[in-house]
Amino acid sequence: MKAKTIAAALCLSTLAFACAKATPEKSDVTIKNFSFGPNAITVAAGTTVTWHNSDGEPHTVVSADGLFRSAALDTGEAFSFKFTKAGTFKYVCTIHPRMVATVTVK
Amino acid sequence: MTITDKPSRRGALKCLAYGGAGTLFTLSGGVLLATDLAQAATKKMKHADVGMPLFVQISDTHIGFNKEANPDVAGTLKESIALVNALPRQPSLILHTGDITQLSKPEQFDAAAQLLSGLKVSDIHYVPGEHDVSDAGGGKEFFSRFGKPSNNLGYYSFDSEGVHFIALINVLDFKPGGLGILGADQLAWLKKDLAGRSASQPIVVFAHMPLWTIYEPWGWGTGDAEEAFALMRRFGSVTVLNGHIHQIVSKVEGNITFQTARATCFPQPKAGVGPGPGPLTVDKAELPHMLGIRSITYAPHPATMTIKDTTLA
Repeated sequence: MKAKTIAAALCLSTLAFACAKATPEKSDVTIKNFSFGPNAITVAAGTTVTWHNSDGEPHTVVSADGLFRSAALDTGEAFSFKFTKAGTFKYVCTIHPRMVATVTVK
Repeated sequence: MTITDKPSRRGALKCLAYGGAGTLFTLSGGVLLATDLAQAATKKMKHADVGMPLFVQISDTHIGFNKEANPDVAGTLKESIALVNALPRQPSLILHTGDITQLSKPEQFDAAAQLLSGLKVSDIHYVPGEHDVSDAGGGKEFFSRFGKPSNNLGYYSFDSEGVHFIALINVLDFKPGGLGILGADQLAWLKKDLAGRSASQPIVVFAHMPLWTIYEPWGWGTGDAEEAFALMRRFGSVTVLNGHIHQIVSKVEGNITFQTARATCFPQPKAGVGPGPGPLTVDKAELPHMLGIRSITYAPHPATMTIKDTTLA
């Protein structure tokens, strides 16, 4: 009985650990009215950033240094990228290149 | 070939005064002169009087767009194609000045090709718009279909009926802030392409984004285009045709005439009106008045180009 409890506790702690590992940091950016909001975000390494296009127009999310590149996102579509390296990453919408924003990874 | 008329300021202003549909633009010595279509008709201006049909410009078809501003872009493209097919004499070629598709999707390119195959003229020359290179491959879909004439570089030239056509690409890289860029390689190619060419040969340049700055906050311009025009100033007749802004804006500078074209899909707001350069929703009855095509006829003696913009209604 005792062994079982320990096993269950171990299992639970393992699960909890696995769970913690399986829910990495997430961050969201909304595209609306020809702008990325927030325009500049700072996240921890390992964070997955998701861009949601809530605009009537299609937009892309393309990093200046070639690290990530979405296809054109129509209204309601999203694109995600997991940041593993530290640094400041500038990106633009190549359809409306005056739309410029950054992700800083610490 | 001789260029007979010197461009006059009066002529240039007259051209700007007649901006709308149903206006006949005569290109003489590089400057567009406007004649009202009704007036031309009363003079019984026949096709032979204005030269041979050189080409038609179609722009911004945006196949795949399905929102409020025009839920049927395939339908309006079909109407535009019918306008071209109804021309009394068919031009030898067609220029598509980009934004063939809305989202660079293969099925959108395929649908556009299917629709454009309805044109009687099969010689179509393409330049991409930023919408056509917005796939994850950064233009892979466009170049797999239309990359051959340019060796996948996006810029190329050819001659037709004594006129030199130059296709430029200004949607792959951008200046900070958003203006299009031609880039050093393309400019070096252009210099070579124009070197040794007779200054009396008419030049037609076509690219998607405007090659002169119309409105910088919306990226309506090309940051390094001035370097291209420095190479063209010695020519007697240079016609620059763009799309991108879904409305006609024109400018005359010396012997260089700049003209953006209407779209076949939906209009866009005038520069700076509203939050950004997106689709402009207008009254359903108004829409066909804001979409259309452009035909250009050319008479070599004297070197005269006539530009006619026609709307769907």
